[in-house]
Amino acid sequence: MPAVSKGDGMRGLAVFISDIRNCKSKEAEIKRINKELANIRSKFKGRDKALDGYSKKKYVCKLLFIFLLGHDIDFGHMEAVNLLSSNKYTEKQIGYLFISVLVNSNSELIRLINNAIKNDLASRNPTFMCLALHCIANVGSREMGEAFAADIPRILVAGDSMDSVKQSAALCLLRLYKASPDLVPMGEWTARVVHLLNDQHMGVVTAAVSLITCLCKKNPDDFKTCISLAVSRLSRIVSSASTDLQDYTYYFVPAPWLSVKLLRLLQCYPPPEDAAVKGRLVECLETVLNKAQEPPKSKKVQHSNAKNAILFETISLIIHYDRCPPGGGGGGGGPGSFLQHRETNLRYLALESMCTLASSEFSHEAVKTHIDTVINALKTRLPKDPSCQLKCTGLSRALSRSPVAQPFRVVRNLLTFGRTPEGRYSDPDVLKVAILAEKYAVDYSWYVDTILNLIRIAGDYVSEEVWYRVLQIVTNRDDVQGYAAKTVFEALQAPACHENMVKVGGYILGEFGNLIAGDPRSSPPVQFSLLHSKFHLCSVATRALLLSTYIKFINLFPETKATIQGVLRAGSQLRNADVELQQRAVEYLTLSSVASTDVLATVLEEMPPFPERESSILAKLKRKKGPGAASALDDGRRDASSNDINGGVEPTPSTVSTPSPSADLLGLRAAPPPAAPQAPAGAGNLLVDVSSDGPVAQPGLGPTPEEAFLSELEPPAPESPMALLADPAPAADPGPEDFGSPIPEADELLNKFVCKNNGVLFENQLLQIGVKSEFRQNLGRMYLFYGNKTSVQFQSFTPTVVHPGDLQTAQLAVQTKRVAAQVDGGAQVQQVLNIECLRDFLAPPLLSVRFRYGGAPQSLTLKLPVTINKFFQPTEMAAQDFFQRWKQLSLPQQEAQKIFKATHPMDAEVTKAKLLGFGSALLDNVDPNPENFVGAGIIQTKALQVGCLLRLEPNAQAQMYRLTLRTSKEPVSRHLCELLAQQF
Amino acid sequence: ARIVFLLPQHFHFNLMPVFLFVLQTPKKKITRELVQTVLARKPKMCSFLEWRDLKIVYKRYASLYFCCAIEDQDNELITLEIIHRYVELLDKYFGSVCELDIIFNFEKAYFILDEFLLGGEVQETSKKNVLKAIEQADLLQEEVSVISHSYTVSEITLKHAR
Repeated sequence: MPAVSKGDGMRGLAVFISDIRNCKSKEAEIKRINKELANIRSKFKGRDKALDGYSKKKYVCKLLFIFLLGHDIDFGHMEAVNLLSSNKYTEKQIGYLFISVLVNSNSELIRLINNAIKNDLASRNPTFMCLALHCIANVGSREMGEAFAADIPRILVAGDSMDSVKQSAALCLLRLYKASPDLVPMGEWTARVVHLLNDQHMGVVTAAVSLITCLCKKNPDDFKTCISLAVSRLSRIVSSASTDLQDYTYYFVPAPWLSVKLLRLLQCYPPPEDAAVKGRLVECLETVLNKAQEPPKSKKVQHSNAKNAILFETISLIIHYDRCPPGGGGGGGGPGSFLQHRETNLRYLALESMCTLASSEFSHEAVKTHIDTVINALKTRLPKDPSCQLKCTGLSRALSRSPVAQPFRVVRNLLTFGRTPEGRYSDPDVLKVAILAEKYAVDYSWYVDTILNLIRIAGDYVSEEVWYRVLQIVTNRDDVQGYAAKTVFEALQAPACHENMVKVGGYILGEFGNLIAGDPRSSPPVQFSLLHSKFHLCSVATRALLLSTYIKFINLFPETKATIQGVLRAGSQLRNADVELQQRAVEYLTLSSVASTDVLATVLEEMPPFPERESSILAKLKRKKGPGAASALDDGRRDASSNDINGGVEPTPSTVSTPSPSADLLGLRAAPPPAAPQAPAGAGNLLVDVSSDGPVAQPGLGPTPEEAFLSELEPPAPESPMALLADPAPAADPGPEDFGSPIPEADELLNKFVCKNNGVLFENQLLQIGVKSEFRQNLGRMYLFYGNKTSVQFQSFTPTVVHPGDLQTAQLAVQTKRVAAQVDGGAQVQQVLNIECLRDFLAPPLLSVRFRYGGAPQSLTLKLPVTINKFFQPTEMAAQDFFQRWKQLSLPQQEAQKIFKATHPMDAEVTKAKLLGFGSALLDNVDPNPENFVGAGIIQTKALQVGCLLRLEPNAQAQMYRLTLRTSKEPVSRHLCELLAQQF
Repeated sequence: ARIVFLLPQHFHFNLMPVFLFVLQTPKKKITRELVQTVLARKPKMCSFLEWRDLKIVYKRYASLYFCCAIEDQDNELITLEIIHRYVELLDKYFGSVCELDIIFNFEKAYFILDEFLLGGEVQETSKKNVLKAIEQADLLQEEVSVISHSYTVSEITLKHAR
């Protein structure tokens, strides 16, 4: 080991650090630092004698140390830049360090820094080159990108670059690309980068994989060849003995970092098409899964961590391919077995994997085999660690959406988590549990139990609707009334019980208390005194309810009459300051005194069953999205998008986030038919009737529209589970030739939906089709509502989405849910479509609806209102940026222009609304002419993003418009231009 | 990894060194929040926690916590081993490293990190290769300090580097 340069280089620095450490108080420390800062400042300013390199280095180091202690440093940059330009390695190194840590945006300084970096990059001295590359990678600013993004690819693929330089160059380029992707030019170097996967030097391969993984996300086709190279590299690593790779073996695990990175790279692509490559990959994955079963080669945690890191990444890849792994063990075989593990870290990750599995469409079977382990882990092995608990809750939420999980167990578990401080409920959670409970109720006593439990645990968050609903159900089902009475009676015996419990208890006992009166432990006087013991602790509303219960008691149990009359007569009731209470007391007292038993029995008869209408809970949901929601979707969408731009951070659909209740309903509708008879009606009602004249309200817009939307949106996927890595089976869709061509007015109908997402798509005397849709990024969800306007049932009702000839499934994937084959007269059915935009496309998919009406076959083909602009993400930018980009897109084929006559009145506000509805951001203060509109946005598809700039120039005198679009793709420019031109 | 940092378990005062090795120096408020979050963890808790939109992976070695903030899709276990490999590197270089070594030679800790991780990604996982690079640089440094006042330094440096 070389002597570490302790002291010999910078004694002054060591002295200073010891001084700081010896300070006895914070004040002393600050004083010492201020003294040092003053000293350094004067040294840097000193004109009498120039500082030598060594002193500069020492002072710059001291400044760095002071910065690390948490103090602001606002000088010394110039000295650091001087050090950069030094020829002495050690000075240069410190200079670069200072610049990397204390980035400064002073433009003059940046020019000097860039100059120094440029010299070092050109120096052909690998040590200097590495220093310069490290600095660029650490700073990663746009200015540096502008200066060097073009040079670094050259250094990276140059034949004579040293390995270490290549490594640094690859990661440096990655950093620049992440910071400003537009600055890194793609070119012939990309092909050579892919070949770095074959490099002899494992370090070069490691760095190159990171770079390729990032680059290929935007340009999958350019890097496609990396699949086979990655597979063969992976296969060589996986099959190597633990000593083959020498220093790249980590605790007997060969090249774990590289393996993980390669597995991650493969997750950017679908399963390999080439049979040989596929076979080799399957072999690799099997080897990893088998190795996981082998006894460990070392007891060290590093060994198992590295091994499991690869295993988890393998499972991720398998989940990505969305199949079960070979061997029939089930994808859950991996993570499921970890749930039993003693190690907290592993258990956490196992839970996370299970979450992913549970939310994946095709692994339900795998999860099912482990469901008991999961529930067990959730219940008994609940770690004391909040992050694990959080994951557990996330998992049970994911499971609750999974049709295979036995939902009532999940609900029960949700209730269990509610008792932990970390799992405390919020309002939407409670509503969610209540809905789940109702939907999945296997019998009503279980339902009553669950809701009462819920009130007990999370009483504060139980809204009126939730407990109204339990009352409705109990009143309507005479088979649970006795049980409910008994249960509430027991619940009320708890010393502290929530007021909502008192309400439910009061109501149920008042109605059905007689059913349990036979038991001496719950005889009428006992019931009454139990309720009355809570009376004084309750709010006015609850007391009023209890007074009604008392008068009902007089009817049910004549023996309690005297006692109750005594209570009513008490001064505290008859002269109560609250009008409502006073009135009830007076009226009930008089009623009980003057009315005969018969009259009393009639007046106070048991409540009639509630009309079987929608669930009050569902009604609440509906209200939440209430009137005026028509604009909410658009607003929500816009807000969400602008958040994106400002924050730059994608709101990731996290499994632990609280999905809004509406999101759940969407999920539930896809679930198997619930046992509760009321449920279907409720669910149907929830869908707001699009045929009504009022503004169209939205489903799926809870308090957090974008999150809820995303958290439920599963990417469209093929219909059936397939074997690992099997070729995707040809789509089962019947060919478009089976369907008639679209009706003549289809184009016109489509045009109505270019700038809006909701409304009536089609209507004739038989059928009305309503549409609501939401789009985000490259994903969309569309609800189609088919309303039967006649009084006769439609038979064999089959709506189908077909792709016309040129719209391949490679451009747009539409996944539909089946609808019932019969539509009753006057009824409405709903169909959900999940849409994923894979590439840019021109023609919309077709919707073909076929059914029999009174024996006569009817068929109808429409254009589905999915146009490329739905996948617009608005982009705000400053005028300067706009013009710069506008200029960049100056090739003639990138521009599309149209001059056309206005077909609607030329109203600026309406135009604005249309442009926003179109999806682009409107940019103010860009166009010198305030009459003109300027917009920008990015079309998000899975494969690529297309930036779009648009400009609309109205000419009020001539009643004409000129519309100009510039995008990076020629057909997109033309298509958008055509779509938009028809809107004005 | 977006942020890599290490912090001592016991602060001398509340301002004693919190070493941060970062892509972008986070705002002070964020630093403080991170530090508090990590120090509040109990020994038996798992090494991963979700924090804002990131995941924190941390491990305690003696009195120092080594932490990485990674993104959602990153692999936690392998990050834990990144930390371990970095500690191994420090240990080999300093010869059973202790907190003081890092404090007094913080610039070396940075240089080693730069060879191992760059721009938040693993650059070189071989212990030998990383240390070879650092040792080479140290040799340059020593040459320089031997002839520190000579004007021929630059030539020697260059010769050596080739």
